[in-house]
Formats: sequence, C-alpha cells, structure tokens
Amino acid sequence: MCAASSPVAGRDGLAVLDAEQIRRALTRIAHEILERTHGGAGIILLGIPTRGVPLARRLAARIGEFERLDVPCGSLDVTMHRDDLRLHPARALGRTDLPPGGVDGMTVVLVDDVLYSGRTVRAALDALNDLGRPRAVQLAVLVDRGHRELPIRADYVGKNLPTSQREVVHVLLTEVDGQDGVTISGEGGRP
Amino acid sequence: MKRHLISAADLSRADALLILDTAEELASLADRPIKKLPTLRGRTVVNLFYEDSTRTRISFEAAAKRLSADVINFSAKGSSVAKGESLKDTALTLEAMGADAVVIRHGASGAAHRLAGWVQGSVLNAGDGTHEHPTQALLDAFTIRRRLKGTGARGAALDGLRVTIVGDVLHSRVARSNVLLLSTLGAEVTLAAPPTLLPLAVGSWPCEVSYDLDSELPKSDVVMMLRVQQERMNAAYFPSVREYSRRYGLDAARMARLPGHAIVMHPGPMNRGVEIAAEVADSVRSTIVEQVANGVTTRMAALYLLLGGMEFPATEVAQ
Repeated sequence: MCAASSPVAGRDGLAVLDAEQIRRALTRIAHEILERTHGGAGIILLGIPTRGVPLARRLAARIGEFERLDVPCGSLDVTMHRDDLRLHPARALGRTDLPPGGVDGMTVVLVDDVLYSGRTVRAALDALNDLGRPRAVQLAVLVDRGHRELPIRADYVGKNLPTSQREVVHVLLTEVDGQDGVTISGEGGRP
Repeated sequence: MKRHLISAADLSRADALLILDTAEELASLADRPIKKLPTLRGRTVVNLFYEDSTRTRISFEAAAKRLSADVINFSAKGSSVAKGESLKDTALTLEAMGADAVVIRHGASGAAHRLAGWVQGSVLNAGDGTHEHPTQALLDAFTIRRRLKGTGARGAALDGLRVTIVGDVLHSRVARSNVLLLSTLGAEVTLAAPPTLLPLAVGSWPCEVSYDLDSELPKSDVVMMLRVQQERMNAAYFPSVREYSRRYGLDAARMARLPGHAIVMHPGPMNRGVEIAAEVADSVRSTIVEQVANGVTTRMAALYLLLGGMEFPATEVAQ
C-alpha cells in the first residue's frame, strides 16, 4: 500500500526485479516459511489487498508443490483500521476473505508487496485481532524498502531495497497489472 | 460523494455502487466474533427523531455503534421541543455539542435540507415528511442485488431488472427515493397504484405508471409493497380498506402470478391483511427480515463514506 503503482509509471522507472527474479524470490520465501514453521503445519497465508493477495496465492501454490500441503489462503483488508483515514477522502474497502477454518490457533503469515513505514502492517495486526487469536503472526514481503516508522520487521523478505524517501517503488504483478516486475522511480519522480 | 445524504438524487451511479460495494464488504462483519470496527472512534452521531420510528432509529444506532462512533439519541417527545424549541435552535444546540453527523427524521418535507444549512457536520435524511428516505432506498437496492445477483456481485448495478412499487405512492418517501435510486442503478421502475394515491408530478419521475397491478405482476422481478399510511390520510383516497386490499393488496393468488425468481419487499411496518397478506409476508420470496439486517450494513456503509475520511471543507453556514 505504501508503493504507488501504475503500469505506466512502472515502465519509466529503473527495473529492480524482473519476472524471473520475483519467481525465484517467492520460491525462496516459500522454502523459508516451510523451514521456519517446521513443515508448514497450521499455517494460513493472508494477503493484504491489493497486491499482497496474489502474492499470498502464489506462495500457497509453491508451498503446495513442495510439500503437497493444501495451505489455506485468504485476504485481509486493513482500510478500516488505518491510522491515516482522516488524511484522505473515505476509501473504497478491499476484500477480507478468511478461509473457512478462521485464524484461531493458526500461524498467520501476512503477505504484502512493499514494507515501508510499517503502518499498514500495524493496521493488519489490529484487524487480525478482531478476527480471532492466531498462535503466531509472521510477515512476508516482496520488497523491504526501509524507513520504518514503527517497531515492525519482516520475517521473510524477497529483496532488501535501500531507497530514499523521495523515491517511489512500484510492484507490478500479472494478476493485477498484466506483467511482473519491480521498478524504482528516481528522486522527485512521480508522486 | 456529497457531504450530506438528503435525497437519493444526490447519488451518482458511481456513488451508489460505492455504497453498495462497501456494504457488501461490511456484511461479513455480522459473522465475526467481534462485530465492531474502530473507524469512527471519537466521532459523534446524533439521532434526531421528530417522528416515531423503530427500525430506522435502531438501525442507525447499531450502524454507528458498530463503527465505534458515539451515539446521542434525541426524540422530540420528552425534549425541549415539547416546550416549543424550533428545529433551528435544536440544531444549533447539537452543533455546539460537536455532532459530526446528524441523522434526522422529521414530519416536514425538506427538514433535512434546512438542517444541512445550519450545521457543520453531515446530515443524513432518515425520512422527511412525504419527501425522501434515501437510506431505505439504498438498503432496498442492496437487498435486490444480493437476492437476484448473488452476494458476490460487487460492482454490479441493477440494469434491466423490473421493479414494481405498489400502493400509497402519494404519501411514501420510500417510493420517491426508490424510484430515483433504482432508476440511477438501471432498473426499470413501474408504480402501480390507484390514481388518487399517485402524486400530481408523477409524470416527471423516471418511471412508468400503471393502475392495474395484475398486468404488471408477470413481468416483475421485484414487487415492493408500500404501507397504506392511514396517519397521513386526511381525505378519502379509496372507498374502503377492503376494496383497496382486493385491487392492490398482494395475496397468495397474486403472488403465484409472479415469475419464479421474483422477490417481495416491504419497507415495514406492515399492515398485514391490507397491502400484504400474512402468508405472502412470511413466504420464502419475502425479503422483509433481510431488509432489516441489510439496513444496518447499508447505513454503516453510508456513515463510513460520509464520516470515515477527511473532513469535508467547511462551507459557509446559512444564517
């Protein structure tokens, strides 16, 4: 949510990850999740709309391939829990879609495209709190661009990307944007 | 979205769909262990009710509370209104108390519009005289969409659906708001009523008019029955309740003429045996109980979209 993204802007920026590198990063994260959760028992992947959701689905598919596990996968909209609601006109809500079992007693892995200030993840933790009591919560992101404003860190990172706060990171995913790629626009670039 | 919700005509097609889609997301809240969101924490919603109401007031109260707003209920009975305080003075009192939104039900058409000129917060019209009741139209549109297009129908409008609104259109704010909103959403609306219960200007409304209910039923996807508003009737609009019921009441025989998928709606409160037979009201086609549940969800969506974001820029307040 911290990365503004439109395919047009994406093409202008400097490519940081291409489709192949995204694929490899997700494969590695899937293996790391399996390793850290001792084979993936009791995990549930929740993507944060918009682009966290297809990422969570891709991770679930890979974990399914590697371990023949059927990993529950859903989405968690954090809009109603954001701390910046009053800074913008009211936003349309994304979807919250929990797998039938719910989150109680599960290890929830939150999935998002870019980790920046940490405020989206803070909102996600609050939203999750209202849905049940997971055994543990972990965080997987495709890109960690730094500049945290809250004491939050990711458990699984596709790529650490040192940025300036004036730069803009765009994540493009086939399901949403028609192509895969991560680009960064230069300082003073597009808002 | 505009700052106030006074008329269904204030809503563009995009606004109406945004409210319905937001309501669709909020509907899942009812299945969760904690049916509350922190979104409107610290905001105050005043329910200003000059007319009797059960479901609308409770529905707005539940909606505001589920969004964590503080709710102040005001009913004209037992307040300073009984001592002769004017609407404007009451409004200024609420303004001084810092109301972020005022939900108003009033017996005079246009009361919500007047109030909007006096207070800074958002005004939501919960029924003004025989004028409008926009949140009822929204919850009706939401109910129609859920029943006929499925619960996953995000972004879908009501294009091509045929809605027949039957009965006391003259005194009905529900009918006017529904005609405006449903036609904005693409539905084809027909009013079926005795000529005496149709407003004079009905020719300028975006709908068809028919005096014969029986010919409309076989081509209706939705039949919306209106309450015969005895309390607003100060003239003889029809010879007898029995005759009205025979020509415009929905009984089991008439319901059988509807297409298989058609639904029967009623905004409540019902006069069983007058405009709707008990067996119809309790049938599987009836959405009357769903309409109440959907009312809370739809009003949450409206409150969130009006109050959840940035404050609207201050406009000059009329004197």
